[in-house]
Amino acid sequence: MNPARLKPVIRKEFIQIRRDPISLTLLLFLPAFILIMFGYALNFDVKHLSLAVVDFDRSQASRELVSKIISGEYFDLNYRLESISEIDPLFDSERIKLAVVIPRNFARDLARGQSPQVQVLVDGTNSTTALTGLSYLSNILLQYSTRMNLELLDRSRLGKVVWPVESRVRVWYNPELKSSRFLVPGLMAFVLMIIIVLATALSIVREKERGTMNQLLLSPLEPAEMIVGKIIPYLLLSLAGAHLLLLAGWGLFGIAVRGSYPLLVLVMVLFLFCGLSQGILVSTVAESQQVAFLLAGLTTLLPTFILSGFVFPIRNMPLPVQAITYIIPARYFLVCLRAIILKGAGIKAYYREIIFLVIYGLAMTGLSLARLKKSLVR
Amino acid sequence: MKIAVEVDRLTKRFGSFTAVDGISFAVNSGTIFGFLGANGAGKSTTIRLLCGLLRPSSGKARVAGFDINKEAYRVKQVIGYMSQKFSLYPDLTVVENLEFFGRVYGLNNRQLDSSLSRLRKATGLEGMDRVLTSELPAGWRQRLALSCALLHDPEVIFLDEPTGGVDPLARRQFWDLIYEQAEQGRTVFVTTHYLDEAEYCHELRIIHAGRIIAAGSPGEIKKKYFPENLLELTCSRPLEIYEWLRSQPEVRQVSLFGLRLHLLVESGEEASLRRKLVQHLPGDFDLRPIVPSLEDVFIRRLEEEATEKGK
Repeated sequence: MNPARLKPVIRKEFIQIRRDPISLTLLLFLPAFILIMFGYALNFDVKHLSLAVVDFDRSQASRELVSKIISGEYFDLNYRLESISEIDPLFDSERIKLAVVIPRNFARDLARGQSPQVQVLVDGTNSTTALTGLSYLSNILLQYSTRMNLELLDRSRLGKVVWPVESRVRVWYNPELKSSRFLVPGLMAFVLMIIIVLATALSIVREKERGTMNQLLLSPLEPAEMIVGKIIPYLLLSLAGAHLLLLAGWGLFGIAVRGSYPLLVLVMVLFLFCGLSQGILVSTVAESQQVAFLLAGLTTLLPTFILSGFVFPIRNMPLPVQAITYIIPARYFLVCLRAIILKGAGIKAYYREIIFLVIYGLAMTGLSLARLKKSLVR
Repeated sequence: MKIAVEVDRLTKRFGSFTAVDGISFAVNSGTIFGFLGANGAGKSTTIRLLCGLLRPSSGKARVAGFDINKEAYRVKQVIGYMSQKFSLYPDLTVVENLEFFGRVYGLNNRQLDSSLSRLRKATGLEGMDRVLTSELPAGWRQRLALSCALLHDPEVIFLDEPTGGVDPLARRQFWDLIYEQAEQGRTVFVTTHYLDEAEYCHELRIIHAGRIIAAGSPGEIKKKYFPENLLELTCSRPLEIYEWLRSQPEVRQVSLFGLRLHLLVESGEEASLRRKLVQHLPGDFDLRPIVPSLEDVFIRRLEEEATEKGK
């Protein structure tokens, strides 16, 4: 590798990227933009579920129960209905997710200790929402019942009764249990991977299409110099894009980097390096920009979305699928990102992932270099 | 005289297809060597073999003294290449393209400056430094591409159909540049499918289906492949007597060139043909010997190849 020949290649790439607003936008701003779009749209938090109540009792006790249910931010009481028949149309038009029916004589039965039955109806179409909403509601009802029992016992003067077990829960790393804290690092990996593979693959295939690749091959420039000359500018630019991404994550979702910044940069560089070399590999297969686009999309979009643990936990996948996830670099990057950004963990927690990223990147570069040499001189 | 390119039974096969079929030739230093052939005849493949872009299936070749099989890297440093497809960066300016290729060839500042001022003058690219290459007219782009190929002062320049898509005036100007290069002692290896361009070459090979079917200078080739007389017949209704002429024993071959007929006649039989024509043709006619063009040679050799294959 001769630096005298490497330098003009790097310079040339920078000039070309600067003159091409599309790749500049792609590399610098698109990551942050996608984060904003996805960050708000991909939200697994279940809050403000629309609720209807049919209160046949209209007693103090029934009003108390309803006010308990809607006191948190989980349920919004949007409809107070007079009859059960009114519930159906509301479910059909998706105006409510849950309905609670309080029977006549609720307060009387309660006082007599006859266990009145409160009916809960839930729209199970989206099982996640239904399940979460249901468990919130059951919890509220259970607490209500327990409190009633305790009060009853208290009043019967059988003695002082206390809660048998009391839990003190502290949630670490994500005290508000916001799904965005979990998703944003995943999104970073997802977006960076797609963009870096796409940008590198397109830039090389463009040279093939234009015939400039031939001109380079006829010069004393070596394939390694050509590849490194391409990698360096794209790496720097996508690293800048990654920083804008971090900035957006902090500004919009309040996700600050807790751990070591140098380590964060290290894993980002390694991950981008993996993406770059994958992009080069794609470019050695594709002969046209359309094919490169397709291949880059296929090899990044789905694997990174589905198999990296970004959304779906890897341990829940069937074993053969789990095996595939081992060759997805985003899987390792995600572990590092979550550890550094959310947990502030030290390198001990993810040094294995770092080693894998290094191996993956080097293997990909070696493979693409070999393929490049082979595809160039036949 | 020094030999710049020496090719010995060079062959390139792609699967079952033989693109270059055991060709041999030698190119003297400082000459313009032309490779004439139709598309797909094997011209570009030959150039790519000589430049080290392709590996030969068999055979040997030396370019500027270096073996293309063993010293491909050395070959790259002493050749310049310009291809049929315009292959500079359209999104770089003229000077950025020149500087980039100069640096890639390892020129230092001083060498680059002197090369640039020499080439700007020679090619007339002065004052166009900051123009984006994509905005240059085709003729200028060709000159820029040639300049990029000449930056490192190569011994041999390979031009692969360099004037495709350029207007006739720009083509003529481009050939003036090529002559200048030869005068300065550089060897120019050029492929073309333009017959008029082939006439400009010092030495010529006609290539067909991967094999050389005619060799020599344009003048030699014409003499060699036309030992008979070529006559041009101008008459009122050439189409009507075409068939009749074909049946005459004196006439070896008839072909139509516009409104005229080219007749190939064995030497010494011109007089008897003239007598027959006087009897057969109602109106005036004009029959006179002409110098065959390269097109005549080209067509004749192709027809001979076709009949040989038919046998």
